[in-house]
Amino acid sequence: MSDIIHEFTTEIPHWRPRVKPIDLAEATPEQLDALKVTPSNTKVSDYVLVLANDVETLKVRTPLFNAIMYNRGGLGRAERELGATAASVVNRCVYCAAVHASRYNQLAKDESVMERVFRDGEAAELDERQQAIFRFAVKLSKAPSAADEKDMQALRDAGLDDGEILDLILSASLFGWANRLMHVLGDPVAKEGQTR
Amino acid sequence: MSEVFSDDIVARQAGADASDRVRAALEGRADVMAMTQATHDAALRPADPGGLSLALRAALAVRVARLNENAELADHYRALLEKAGAGETESAVSDPAYRGHEEERLSAIIAFTDLVSMRPRDTRAADIEALQVAGIPDADIVRLAELNAFLAYQIRVIAGLKLMKATA
Repeated sequence: MSDIIHEFTTEIPHWRPRVKPIDLAEATPEQLDALKVTPSNTKVSDYVLVLANDVETLKVRTPLFNAIMYNRGGLGRAERELGATAASVVNRCVYCAAVHASRYNQLAKDESVMERVFRDGEAAELDERQQAIFRFAVKLSKAPSAADEKDMQALRDAGLDDGEILDLILSASLFGWANRLMHVLGDPVAKEGQTR
Repeated sequence: MSEVFSDDIVARQAGADASDRVRAALEGRADVMAMTQATHDAALRPADPGGLSLALRAALAVRVARLNENAELADHYRALLEKAGAGETESAVSDPAYRGHEEERLSAIIAFTDLVSMRPRDTRAADIEALQVAGIPDADIVRLAELNAFLAYQIRVIAGLKLMKATA
């Protein structure tokens, strides 16, 4: 359909599911619990309502997602978003890329990195530390075997310690997961008035 | 290996017990490792598997591990497959050369799995419609996507940790 967005953007689109979201009115107690639906919080996105079709996975994936992206210590939050965006660029998840590129921009207070990433894709050239992070996340996302010891050494040479490297492995890998839901189970579509 | 990780599939697959540095890093994220294990169990051994039997899930996991050329992980899922009771069909599915033959439902599940695990960027609305046409309910489509998505995550975490270990 013509309103589907195919180009990367930092304007967050609307997400239109390709499969049926669950009906909140018919949700099981387990689903309501996983959705964190309470009388004061009844707003749930279509995306999460789609995932509630597999409630056992949703229930454990949400805390995992939050821990990997927001845990204290280790890799800075902006750099985790760079890893997440790298995966989303490789997997062409326009929606995920929009969300996480714009979070990067807010956290880093610098839009030039994502401008280069969206313009040049996987080949984008960045500063040494950002470049090492981006390259590693791109290769791990393409195929686990595509990342090699040189890519890992580049992370160490750029000053990342073991804890930071682990956080990068986790955030890039997590978007191997997220992209396979968001990009597979729905389409990014323009919000009213959104430029395409 | 430290007791914390003795049953952890990712730590075991990455050989973390042989590297003090990798083990120390994992201990710093023990919460994430425990949650990763919980997602493995939810994707491979759910209490309510819906229309995707535990044997079929394990068989698809063997297949995806093999597509990603991770023989040790394929062995792990082969053991899970045997535990779940592998029939002739599941044994066939675990081989990436098998495409499902004449069986429409199975062929659709296999084609979708191969696409989403190896070329997720090429997934189109038509690929979801193909599953629906083959009679697979939307809830099972979500379960299948989650299984594939979890495996993509797990395989990458293991690969990353192995590189970390190799350069420690």
